[in-house]
Order: sequence, then C-alpha cells, then structure tokens
Amino acid sequence: MSNLEDLYREVILDHYRSPRNKGELPPPATCTEGANPLCGDEIKIFLDVADGVVRDVRFSGHGCSISQASASMMTAIVKGKPLTDVRAVAKRFKQLMTIEEDDGTTPTDIRLGDIEALQGVVKYPVRIKCAVLGWNTLLEGLDSTST
Amino acid sequence: MTLDVAALRDEFPMLSRRVGGKPIHYLDSANSSHKPNCVIDAMSTFMREAYSPIGRSSYALASEASNAYEGARSKVAGFINAYSPCEVVFTKNATESLNLAAQSWGRANLGKGDAIVLTHMEHHANIVPWQMLAKEKGFEIRWVPLTPDFQLDLSSLDQLLRGAKAISFTSMSNVLGTINPTRELCEAAHAAGAIAIVDGCQSVPHMTTDVRAMGADMLAFSSHKMCGPTGVGVLWAREALLDAMPPFLGGGGMISEVRLDDFTCAELPNKFEAGTPPIVEVIGLGAAVDFLNRVGMTEIRRHEIEMTNYAYRALTARYGDAITIHGPTNPELRGATFSFAFRDVHPHDVSQVLDQHNVYVRAGHHCAKPLMRIIGANATARASMYLYSNEADVDALVDALDDVSSIF
Repeated sequence: MSNLEDLYREVILDHYRSPRNKGELPPPATCTEGANPLCGDEIKIFLDVADGVVRDVRFSGHGCSISQASASMMTAIVKGKPLTDVRAVAKRFKQLMTIEEDDGTTPTDIRLGDIEALQGVVKYPVRIKCAVLGWNTLLEGLDSTST
Repeated sequence: MTLDVAALRDEFPMLSRRVGGKPIHYLDSANSSHKPNCVIDAMSTFMREAYSPIGRSSYALASEASNAYEGARSKVAGFINAYSPCEVVFTKNATESLNLAAQSWGRANLGKGDAIVLTHMEHHANIVPWQMLAKEKGFEIRWVPLTPDFQLDLSSLDQLLRGAKAISFTSMSNVLGTINPTRELCEAAHAAGAIAIVDGCQSVPHMTTDVRAMGADMLAFSSHKMCGPTGVGVLWAREALLDAMPPFLGGGGMISEVRLDDFTCAELPNKFEAGTPPIVEVIGLGAAVDFLNRVGMTEIRRHEIEMTNYAYRALTARYGDAITIHGPTNPELRGATFSFAFRDVHPHDVSQVLDQHNVYVRAGHHCAKPLMRIIGANATARASMYLYSNEADVDALVDALDDVSSIF
C-alpha cells in the first residue's frame, strides 16, 4: 500500500467525490476565474456578497482531487461569514500551506476545521498550488467586489 | 537483431538510482531522456582535459577544442543525413530553433495576405512563435485537423496549402505518439510552393532521420531527448535557405565585419551562432550521436514498437475500458508514448500515486493545450519510453495503477 494517507485523507476524498456548493450563481453574483497554467486546472468562484457578508458562494471548473476538495471545503467554511472572517480564514489557510508567514495579525480564534486535513499537502510541494487555487480566486473575487 | 536492453541499462547510471530503497521506473523520456556514461564522460573529460574557448583564439588548445566542436557538428549532420555540416545550427534548445525559424525566415517572408499551415497536434513551441509573429505581421495561420483515430486529416491539405508559404508540423506527436507522414507532407508543401518545417523533437531520438529522403526544408530537434545534455538544440535547414535568411541573434561570432554604421554576417553556420556557444553540451551531443549510432536507430525503433505492443496489451488486458489511451492503436503508426485517462481520476492524482511506486510519468497538458481541447481532456497522464525501457517498467506502471483504483 502507499504512504499517501497524509495527502488523500478520507475527508478530502469525501469533498472530492461529493463537492459542496458546486455550481454557479446568476448575476448579480460575481464570477471570478482562476487557472493554474502549469497543470491546466481551471476554476470559477461565484460570490454573492451583501452588507459585508458572503451570503452565498459556488464553484465550478475542473481539477485534481486536491484542488476540488480544497475549493469545496472553502465554500463550506466561508458561506454566511463576514468578509473580515473570510479573509482571516484565507490567511490562516495560506499559513497552513506555508505560503504566508504568521505575522501575528490573524485572530487566534480562527478555526479551519476539516480544512486542517489539507495540511498533508505541504509534504508534496508541487501540490500546494492545487490546494490554494480556489482560495486565491476567492480573494481575487472579494477584492473586485469590495472596490 | 534485438536490443540487449539489460546491457544498455547498465550504461545509464541514473537507471540504477533507488528512491526510498526501491528501483525507479522512468517513463518520462518524451520529456527528457537519461544520459549514458559515454556522454557524461565525454563532457567531463573535455572539461577536465581539453576545455578551451573555440573559434577566436589561435593557441593549440583552442584549435583542438574547435575541432572537437566542429566534429560534433559533422556527427549531427551525418546522423540526419544533411547535405553539409554547415546546415547544422546549434541553438539553446528546439524551442529556440523554432523561434529562429519564425523570427528569421518568417519575419523575412511573411506579411499581410500570406498564410502558414500548422496542425492541431503541435507543441506550444511550434504554435506560439508563429502566433507572436502573426500578431505583428498579420498573416494567416491555418490548421490541419485530426481524424477520429488521432492521425492528421489530410483530406483538405491541398486546399490549406493553397497560397501558403510554409507548413510547420511535428513528425511525431508528444501527446498522442502519432507518427506523421513527413515525406507526404513535405511533397504536398513543395507542390504548393511552400517550404516544410519539421519539429523533429519526438521522432529524431527514436527512429532513423534522413532529411533528404524526408524532403524537409528545416528540422528542429533537441539534444536532451536523445541521450545528450540539456542546453543545446539543433536547427537544420537547407544551405540556400539559411543563406537567404537574415540573422536571428546578433553579437560576437556571427559577424564578418562590424563598423559604426553597419555589419556583415559571417558564413554559415556561424551566422546563426551568436555569442559563446554551449561548447561542452555540443561535445556531449556528439557523444550521444555516436552512442545512438552504435545502438542502431533501426533497432531502437524496433524495440519501441515491441514495447508499445507490450504496454498496450498489458494496460488494456488489466484495465479494459477503465483506461483510455489517446492515440493510434497500430504500433507501426505511433511511438512509445502513451497519454491516457484512467477511470475518472485526475491525471495529477494518477501521477501522484504512481510516484509513490517510483513510477515516473508526466501529468498535465504537455504543452499542447489546443490538442488537449480537441481530444476533450484538460490533462492526461503520459508514460513514454525509450531504448532503455523494459517490461519491468511497464509492469510496474500496470501494478501501480491498481493502487490508484484503491484510493479513488
């Protein structure tokens, strides 16, 4: 058997097989596209933001189990959250993926829950970009809606 | 005569490398090949015992090194049956060779109202340089489509070539393994008054190449896929064509005279080799050509047909409809490069699991995104073989795929 259990945790495979919030939202929800040119993965994040809260979120596209599961988990955690919390969660996730340093500004009470399962990805550096594709696209979408 | 693959493998030190205490199964030779001792030794011996800059200096070692460099050029010329060594231009890689073709020949010959023909199975290296130039010059790019069985659809070739100035096509697809009818395409091009540029990256390492029999006007290929080092590629072109082409990169080595108001170019092939060339790498490429000649290109091709048969049978016998191999089924019409889809598992997940078994394949779009869209795949996993690939490599792939099934 393989030693891949750290990467392909059951909760990740569950989100991959049964993605949450997969689909699209009609306008006025915004749509932001992200892509990973090296591997061809593509994602769209649909955001319905009002009064500083992510009222609804969907994702569509195609990619590997890590990118799809990560996007699915992301939508589950950010739905219904105030934007400040969403940004804090995203920041915490990027710290988990070792692509952002903990500068002490992230509130300590931010919990990632299931998303912690993606920590195993860090051992496979080429897959980190898969895990963060949805998150970067989400942040881009937030930046464009909040301006 | 069949290849003594076990003996050949002993000549490639990387193939005895172990990872996690287990042997490796390298199935990524379409990407880059491993290097035999004779190539590694030729390069290190040259650096230790004979290194010198070439061309400019008059001392004994410089002329010895120049002779070695030019000797490698002659070897490469012989390997592809060029008319003369001066038709062989050393570049950084095959991508640069195709950029040279576009930026030099293309820039001088293509403008508004002109057209060139490419195919749907090209690598980005044979698409983007032409698109870059077309944006600037406004010429048209036409495309040869595919048939359902992954060949080039030549039914409208004459029409596509009408009024076109060039066709640039791959002799073997890096994704599908399809071997294209190079000679037929070159003849059709000439009948239409166009020149034929061949991207030989995938075929030159694996079968006999004869530019005269092919009838090509230019041929691009890289050293690192044919047992040579990285850092050097080749553009072969007919002498008359190279003579008429303007220089590509300017600098030292490519001039015969420079004045404040103008310059004149050096003779071929120096005209296209500006700056200090990859001397050590060219020496290594020469040694790789010697190696391939010793092994025999006919024998290499035969071995790869056998391996193709073996892999095709092994993969389909075990997995049936669960595996989809993109490419011709007839091993005579394809090289030993298999792009495949396995169940519904994403290729990156496939390659990740295979890596755990030291089975090294490539996953992704293989720098052929237009082709991937046409075959309806966002990405594929690709196993590709070479003269040193054996049944154990294929068996390891087939067994490791079981683990993919068990995880996903």
